[in-house]
Amino acid sequence: MDVIKNAINKDKNLAQLLVVFLMVFVLCTALKGSMFLSVSNLQSMGKQFPEFGLLAIAMAFTLFTAGIDLSVVAIANLCAVLMAKLLTILIVPDMSSSAVFMMIAAACLMAFIVSVLCGALNGFLIGVVGITPILATLGTQALYTGFAIVITNGSTLGGLPKQLSATVNSGVMGIPVPLIIFAVFAAIAAFIISKTTLGYKLRMLGTSAKASTFSGFDNVRLFVTNYVLSAVFSAAAGIIMLGRFNSAKADYGASYLMQAILIAVLGGINPYGGKGNISGVIVATIIVQMVSSWLNMYEDISNFYRQIIWGGLLIFVLIYNYVANEREKKQAMKG
Amino acid sequence: MNLQKTVKSTEFYVALIILLLCMVIQMKSGQFFTGNNLVDIVRAFSVPAMFCIGEMFVIITGGVDVSFPAIASLSMFVVCSQLEDVAANPLPYFLVAMLIGLAVGILNGVIIAHFKFPALIVTLGTSSICFGIMQGVFKSREYPLCAPLKEFGEMNLFSATNPVSGLTSNMPVGVVLMIVLVFFGWFILNRTMLGRGIYAIGGDVKAAQRAGFNVFGILVFIYAFSGCMAGLIGVLRSTMLLAVHPNNLEGMEMTVIAACVLGGVRMTGGKGSVLGAMLGMALLIIVDNSLILLGISTIWKKVFIGAIIIIGTAASAIEVKRNERKLAIKMNEGGK
Repeated sequence: MDVIKNAINKDKNLAQLLVVFLMVFVLCTALKGSMFLSVSNLQSMGKQFPEFGLLAIAMAFTLFTAGIDLSVVAIANLCAVLMAKLLTILIVPDMSSSAVFMMIAAACLMAFIVSVLCGALNGFLIGVVGITPILATLGTQALYTGFAIVITNGSTLGGLPKQLSATVNSGVMGIPVPLIIFAVFAAIAAFIISKTTLGYKLRMLGTSAKASTFSGFDNVRLFVTNYVLSAVFSAAAGIIMLGRFNSAKADYGASYLMQAILIAVLGGINPYGGKGNISGVIVATIIVQMVSSWLNMYEDISNFYRQIIWGGLLIFVLIYNYVANEREKKQAMKG
Repeated sequence: MNLQKTVKSTEFYVALIILLLCMVIQMKSGQFFTGNNLVDIVRAFSVPAMFCIGEMFVIITGGVDVSFPAIASLSMFVVCSQLEDVAANPLPYFLVAMLIGLAVGILNGVIIAHFKFPALIVTLGTSSICFGIMQGVFKSREYPLCAPLKEFGEMNLFSATNPVSGLTSNMPVGVVLMIVLVFFGWFILNRTMLGRGIYAIGGDVKAAQRAGFNVFGILVFIYAFSGCMAGLIGVLRSTMLLAVHPNNLEGMEMTVIAACVLGGVRMTGGKGSVLGAMLGMALLIIVDNSLILLGISTIWKKVFIGAIIIIGTAASAIEVKRNERKLAIKMNEGGK
């Protein structure tokens, strides 16, 4: 019993989220049991959430430092578009399968390099030039989407090698590949935030930029690292999207931006910076996916109702956290 | 002294850039200063410029509102699809739309002012709710415009025909509304206590409170105002397009915020003028409309807009940094 109590006290937010997770899970199972728990539904859920889950983690990194990255979806699309373009140029009709995989790997590498550059530009504008994060990433969002439009000429890029979509849509022992990619990246993110000095410094920066400067941290470098990390996670989401849709377009996944912010906030990341952790974001991602898969099972509920739920949930969670915080403060005052 | 101040202001630089840009376009195409092109630009300018006024109030207090396209779309679609044959003149349509907008705006304002949440996230939430209600509950789709609104939309102040290309452009009556709203915005900011309060909150909330401003009331007012105007502008937009396009305004928030900031409205609050915001919007609209005249393919549009936002915001950020450094030096010297 003490172990559980300690665990709850250690991370109240995560404990709360797990309770919500269980409640949603039980509710979905009770209402749509056989359908919800079927292997195919679980697998399709596992294929769907990694892309916006990665975007939510990308968003979480920037919220940690009291910033925000509005360009995550734009970076994902730009990387996907560039990869698609590169692959259609590189791959000739009668290429051996292994050579095709080499090319795909090369394209992925390029996508990550591009994302590092995109993130570095964001970080430069915010850290060095001193533009507020909303504005800087608003500008780069238009810029990156703009480049993607120029590259695709505004249309959809297809004609990708079969191997790419086959790989992304396949599974290892029943576990979908996107889920594996997500697990790896999420583990890296959680490690960076909670186990490294970098994560500690980012949190410090988010709590107070001034204090961080006076503690001798190089704020500019931290900002750049922060936005590069965010961009790399976005690129990973872009690669999954490319494989899943088997095509690339400048404006895929427009609704993901809102969803990424929602999940990050739902997961307990404080938008004023410095608070929260990645495990919360992961649980929140799965909750959102469960609700959305469950709603999908009712044919007469339009997809658009989800938007009402997400918006309402976002505001509800903000208010809930606020009230909980106030209560804690009061108790602390009494104690 | 006054001249020096003018020359140093953001508004002056933006105006200069607009002038240069117009000259370049005119020289390259010979089509810029033609009647129909100017009318087209004013037409494209009017709706986003009206949004600018509400957004500007919000940004000056240090917040940001991204929900107005959703509010405008929702109220426009609800009014046009549900009240089809209710009235013979357009006025009730506008009024009901404004009421819907007002309701959402008050919701925004109360949540933001009471809980002190980041305005961006709250308005993202209400934006999602509004689009959800429009698309889910009202099953939005392209819809024909009802007769009284169509009549209103077809009224023109005047039309201009290009003698060379033979293209005609009409100046819609809605432009009058824009002028009224812009003047109203200027009046509130510069001639009322409310305007002082808006600037004061953006400068320092605590100081504003101690100075006796009703911070809660003012914040609720500006978000309510922004929402109410969004409702009005939504219907106006549909009369200008002569049809109801529910998703036509999506993404407009980015352009409007960018225009405000380009015109010198400071994102951290406390600074900005109506003239600046209008000039910022004019710059964006001219670039948007005139790339074709310059022989640049429209696929480059977004790249240009992005670059302008980045350069514009970078310039003002550097300016702020320089001022801070100057201030610091002055204070050090004063200390000695």
